[in-house]
Amino acid sequence: MNLLGLYNYWVYLFLLLVGMYTVFAKNNYVKRLIGLSIFQSAVFLLFISMDKVAGGTGPIFTGNPVTDAVFANPLPQVLILTAIVVGIAGTALGLAITVRIREEYGSIEESDIRKMDDQS
Amino acid sequence: MITVFDYFTLTMVAIVAVATITSSNLFVASMWSGIYSLLMACNFFILDAADVALTEAAVGAGVSTVLYMGALSLTDDKEQVSRGRKILPLLAVVALGLILMIVTIEHPRVGDINAPIHQHVAPWYIEKTPEYINIPNLVTAILASFRGFDTMGEVLVIFTAGIGVISVLSFKPKRAASVSGSELGKQIRGLHHHAVLRVVGKLLIPIILLFGLLVQFHGKYSPGGGFSAGALFAAAIMLYGILEGADRSAHAMPQAVMLKLAALGCTIYTGVGFVCMLLGHHFLDYNALWPSNPKLGQYYGILMVEFGVGLTVTAVLIMIFNAIANRATY
Repeated sequence: MNLLGLYNYWVYLFLLLVGMYTVFAKNNYVKRLIGLSIFQSAVFLLFISMDKVAGGTGPIFTGNPVTDAVFANPLPQVLILTAIVVGIAGTALGLAITVRIREEYGSIEESDIRKMDDQS
Repeated sequence: MITVFDYFTLTMVAIVAVATITSSNLFVASMWSGIYSLLMACNFFILDAADVALTEAAVGAGVSTVLYMGALSLTDDKEQVSRGRKILPLLAVVALGLILMIVTIEHPRVGDINAPIHQHVAPWYIEKTPEYINIPNLVTAILASFRGFDTMGEVLVIFTAGIGVISVLSFKPKRAASVSGSELGKQIRGLHHHAVLRVVGKLLIPIILLFGLLVQFHGKYSPGGGFSAGALFAAAIMLYGILEGADRSAHAMPQAVMLKLAALGCTIYTGVGFVCMLLGHHFLDYNALWPSNPKLGQYYGILMVEFGVGLTVTAVLIMIFNAIANRATY
């Protein structure tokens, strides 16, 4: 059993759990957004780890028959390429909402905001 | 040898991820997350995904760090450290981790060519791209032509997110601003007092723009395309905003113009699709653009579509940066 070949997946798992724990347990909204983006890039790592082919090159034809023999799988790369830019657009939207929350409540800690909501 | 680098960067990524979430100063955390993205980009490159690495480096390490900094300057930079231990989230996360870990034992190993993912549709794309599309970069071919529908959806999502940011930040609180946005820009005036940073930074801007143009228009032959080029252009404008003050970058790139450019990018993309339909082919079937030589039609179709993508991504990211960086503090 070649367990070292699974190292990428274990790091992916670790990052996924770190991101998920941050979203669950942290009280601060900006911290949660950072956790969410770690969670997101863990998924990117999963996809890109799957596309690798041993002895292959990046999926670009060079006209050289030696390097054009084996390619990494281009399909996950396409999916992740677009997902990265969509991810930053989503993060920016989250940050804008956080800024608005700070302006209305004077805080970006969830416990403070809940307290204020209960009082009103 | 490659795998050694792979393990090294992956281990670094894991360590940096822990550092990111444990630092209670949020500025420090956003810097850590920039380093995290850069290491992640290195790792993508090692895993033969050059296009993805380029985009991740520009977006993750460049644009997102700037956006976090801008947002933090409008909110609090310190996180309140809560006393109580969070047992339940930890338990849930560890339980999920154990389950997924057991599942991974069955996974095909990294680099295994017999893995199901390499047997399904990917060989068809690799075999048929020279015949149908005839551009060297397979990623661009699939992104813009074979799966053009997906990419159109992604571009519209980015446009929507840009409009979302603008509309969320268009609300103003009832109480008066403590410092107005343009005044704030004049007060700090970027890095006015750091002569070395300003001079070196200004030298970098044209080089980044030039590299962005290369990535945009050479994306059919080398790694790149509209998404990475858009992020690079936006990064150059953001650098200008950081060095000279965000009010000047908003003056050079007015929000109203950026909004129209973002819409224009989406219109170019969908417009190419409709032109193909009017010429009697399917939506986004670029063969219609040059019926006597379909490969040339594909070439021009991909060129225009990628241009639309680049325009939208650039305009939306600049719009978001200007909206956050010129916000008054309340």
